[in-house]
Amino acid sequence: MGGGARKPTEKGKKEMACQLLLTDFTLPLKSLKLSHSGLRLKGRSIGLQKASTTVAYYGLKTPPYNLDDLEPYMSKRALEVHWGVHHRDFVDNLNKQLGKSDILYGYTMDELVKATYNNGNPLPEFNNAAAEVWNHDFFWESMQPGGGDMPNLGLLEQIEKDFGSFTNFREMFVEAALSLFGSGWVWLVLKRQEKRLVVVKTSNSINPIVWDDIPILNLDMWEHSYYLDYKNDKARYVSTFMNHLVSWNAAMIHMARAEAFVNLGEPKMPIA
Amino acid sequence: MKIDVNHRNPHPRVRLALPLPKYKVLPHGGFMYKTHISGCTLEKKNLLRLQMALRSLATRKTLTLALNSTRLAQSRALQTFSLPDLPYDYGALEPAISGEIMQLHHQKHHQTYITNYNKALEQLHDAIQKGDSSTVVKLQSAIKFNGGGHINHSIFWKNLAPIREGGGEPPHGSLGWAIDTNFGSLESLIQKMNAEGAALQGSGWVWLGLDKELKKLVVETTANQDPLVTNGPNLVPLLGIDVWEHAYYLQYKNVRPDYLKNVWKVINWKYASEVYEKESA
Repeated sequence: MGGGARKPTEKGKKEMACQLLLTDFTLPLKSLKLSHSGLRLKGRSIGLQKASTTVAYYGLKTPPYNLDDLEPYMSKRALEVHWGVHHRDFVDNLNKQLGKSDILYGYTMDELVKATYNNGNPLPEFNNAAAEVWNHDFFWESMQPGGGDMPNLGLLEQIEKDFGSFTNFREMFVEAALSLFGSGWVWLVLKRQEKRLVVVKTSNSINPIVWDDIPILNLDMWEHSYYLDYKNDKARYVSTFMNHLVSWNAAMIHMARAEAFVNLGEPKMPIA
Repeated sequence: MKIDVNHRNPHPRVRLALPLPKYKVLPHGGFMYKTHISGCTLEKKNLLRLQMALRSLATRKTLTLALNSTRLAQSRALQTFSLPDLPYDYGALEPAISGEIMQLHHQKHHQTYITNYNKALEQLHDAIQKGDSSTVVKLQSAIKFNGGGHINHSIFWKNLAPIREGGGEPPHGSLGWAIDTNFGSLESLIQKMNAEGAALQGSGWVWLGLDKELKKLVVETTANQDPLVTNGPNLVPLLGIDVWEHAYYLQYKNVRPDYLKNVWKVINWKYASEVYEKESA
């Protein structure tokens, strides 16, 4: 069930940058009305057996790496089920629900998430559909083969400024992940109003873009995400993610985009 | 009334028998006492309460005495909880629930809830003793989560039984009759619970409960590890089905409806009937 072969070459990295979610942070929460910036894609059948005649509004994005590239930290089988079954079902679910009524026609993924969140009273299109699709797309991007280690340059400076040190940030992130009750996600988020990075944990499918903040990284703490590889050992899953999977490249790209919308102050110029 | 610190009440649970000040009999037969403190008049029970409160204020100041504090600790000994044994083998519920899931669910998940529950209770005990209200309140969510996890799973193990020991056998007697009255038939109850269980977002439980006050059966869902009683203080759980992913993932992956369909084959209606008969008596 893998996508096209994508080795993390130079060209691959550029492709990856283009594939990253183009989240539109300029648009505030709109009331439900038709907009012109809609995307309408035919469903991509990537080795799918079903030959459906429905027109799909959203397609299943492939992760920017092969499904076995994250071994041994996240097994191919886990990805096959997590991406191939769960994520695919969310996309199918979303398409089915969008097909039922026209009111959400033409929304971008972002607008869809924000609109269906409905200010805290999520509509059915939100939970097992729009938000989960968004979150999982972002999750695949938040990981890479040969990930882990530390960020560098501007992102590291920002982390050190907002958390004190990278170790502090890591501790906070891990603690948030392990103290989450039930299903949810952990995020590294750039808060738009406070103009700083924070670690946020959300329940079920909630996504920080509904509060108008900008996600930089996320981690799926639903049990389905780690159960096949780690059974109930959440701590090992989270530390493996931080040590070997987290993609600071993607985080830096997200951060660079975020800085176009949030003024973090003057950059530190080296003194000549 | 002087506060005499040398005469601490050695038995905090025993009512004080202090000499009561002068009283006046009221027209309706009650007594009105005059306190020395503010000169105001109080009824007897309020006066006793005031005396108790002042006395306990005095004793609290002298709690630094080791003797007193150990006596208090003994009188409020902390009970720790331990993992209950399953009344059947891990593999006895196959093929509805795999042995691997049962073992992990029991030995790892339930045990973790118990361990964390004991830890939270110990911290709560310390916080209460120190009078640290903010810690007491802060610990409530951990206690609800881990304590709820322990409660819910303890009920769950009793809700399941191998097929050869009656698992899946429909309820007879008063519970069967009550189900028919409240839901029409057992099938429609099962259908309703499956629908609610499948629709539950994230992690939680789906319950068949008895509303003791309204005297009827209800189907409820709770999120995370909230016990059924958080939905209403009169609710008694008869059956609970764990729809957290760990309860079915290894076997059913994300197809929760299949798990819900199959779990009825090993549901122990005998236990549910017993609880129902006891609580509706």
